[in-house]
Amino acid sequence: MTVVDDTALKLDPEEARRARQERLERMGKWVLPLAIMVLAIVLWDRICVWNEIPQYILPRPGVVLQTLHNDAGLLFSSLLVTLRITFLSLLLAVIGGVGLAVLFAQSKWVEMSFFPFAIVLQVTPIVAIFPLINIYVDNQTVKLLLCAWIVAFFPILSNTTLGLNSVDRNLRDLFKLNGATRWQQLRYLRLPAAMPYFLGGLKIAGGLSLIGAVVAEFVAGAQGQSSGLASRIIEAGYRLNAPRLFAALILISLTGILIFLVLSLVSYLILRRWHESALKQEH
Amino acid sequence: MIQEKVAETPAASDEAPMLLSLRNVGKVFSNGVTALSKVDLAIREGDFLSLLGPSGCGKSTALRLIAGLSTPTSGQLDWRGSIDRSNIGFVFQEPTLLPWANVFDNVWLPLRLKGVSRAKAAPTVMEMLSRVHLTGFENAVPRELSGGMKMRVSIARAMVTKPRILLMDEPFAALDEITRFKLNNDLLELWQDERFTVVFVTHSVFESVFLSSRVVVMAARPGRVFGELAISAPYPRDEVFRTSPGYAALCRQASDVLVDAINSTAGSHHDGR
Repeated sequence: MTVVDDTALKLDPEEARRARQERLERMGKWVLPLAIMVLAIVLWDRICVWNEIPQYILPRPGVVLQTLHNDAGLLFSSLLVTLRITFLSLLLAVIGGVGLAVLFAQSKWVEMSFFPFAIVLQVTPIVAIFPLINIYVDNQTVKLLLCAWIVAFFPILSNTTLGLNSVDRNLRDLFKLNGATRWQQLRYLRLPAAMPYFLGGLKIAGGLSLIGAVVAEFVAGAQGQSSGLASRIIEAGYRLNAPRLFAALILISLTGILIFLVLSLVSYLILRRWHESALKQEH
Repeated sequence: MIQEKVAETPAASDEAPMLLSLRNVGKVFSNGVTALSKVDLAIREGDFLSLLGPSGCGKSTALRLIAGLSTPTSGQLDWRGSIDRSNIGFVFQEPTLLPWANVFDNVWLPLRLKGVSRAKAAPTVMEMLSRVHLTGFENAVPRELSGGMKMRVSIARAMVTKPRILLMDEPFAALDEITRFKLNNDLLELWQDERFTVVFVTHSVFESVFLSSRVVVMAARPGRVFGELAISAPYPRDEVFRTSPGYAALCRQASDVLVDAINSTAGSHHDGR
């Protein structure tokens, strides 16, 4: 028998090529979008200069950045207002969505009776519902919260309901065999089983609650000091203050990206040990 | 129905007290399929009884009836003395573990559902894990384990309540042969130490003969008991038994009964479920 020295084993050319390819792809994932982004910004700047576009139509990126800095006090206080509505409505969406899903999971009859209403609420454009809310609700914050909640709660409700109902049949039998109560079954089996579905819904709801908060403020109109970013955008639009409009827009975008990243991280941390979706695809 | 007694039941088993008898048990599903018809079966304390038969012969249905997961449409099950569900352990065809919980928590589950705290359950759980040779894997989650190890966790979980009867539904069917042999040996060892009763559903002649003190052969359409074989070979059984001429002869006998059972089904197109 020949003794094989592991360290002497060389990757064959095909494997080496594949490894190189993978390394390149990993780098490309970050480098490419960044490069395109930088290129687009430079192009944007050049187009403004070449065509002598006035600032109130399309400001140069540098000006937008400058505005972001100069108007920081105003913009960030507005961002805080929008963030507050966004997170509160997301929190309420989680409580409402999961609560309703658990209620639905208790009996097919409850689900059959009430699920259609949830769908009606979901498919009716919030902008069309808002005038009604405007009549019935006085408090501005409550108005906005209600709007954002209606937009955000449905993905959580429908995903969690699906998750609660897709428990392995044998596991259900196992719990039955061991005389588990309804509560035990919910706590130790159905809720954990629904977790990946819930987190999927949460990721969607996170984005939607921001959209809900902004859209709600658009239709509700500005409220002086406690205005969110949406009001700043409308206001800047009226005043042809394009740099501030862009600055506010950038803030909203960044907020959306941040929400998505945070929720993805939460999802990964919770599921990484057991769920297929969070596992690395290496073998 | 043909009742074939190929070999005499060993005297010891006759004297053991009756644990459960199925009398004239039938099960018709809501779609009109007769899964079981007129099943008579006596299970004694300490039996290792295999239900052997082709797909569709109702062996899994019989197991679910015994477990109380389903109720018979005719006939009855008589337990000797009082038995509640905590006296029954069940091992499914799949490991059926909670994927989010680690090995310890999976084995703890039946006790936890009965209100036993983690600290109180720990000695029992750890003992069961050592019995199935999984000491040191308490913190692993199921996906980090091999198929055989998952099945060991499943067995430990079924045994953690110290059941009087262990019901196993083709538990090793999905495992490779080497792993299956190993688990067969370990299961027998466990059974000999604790002397609980086992009802083991399988479609493997070799597995049923190796493990059991009694092999009950079932036939399909309608599912029924076709014949019974006593496997009088002494325990402990090991690799020597598995390769002995006596084992081969017993397998031949069981196989003959199984072939008769399959042929007894009208049409006898054996095409799975």
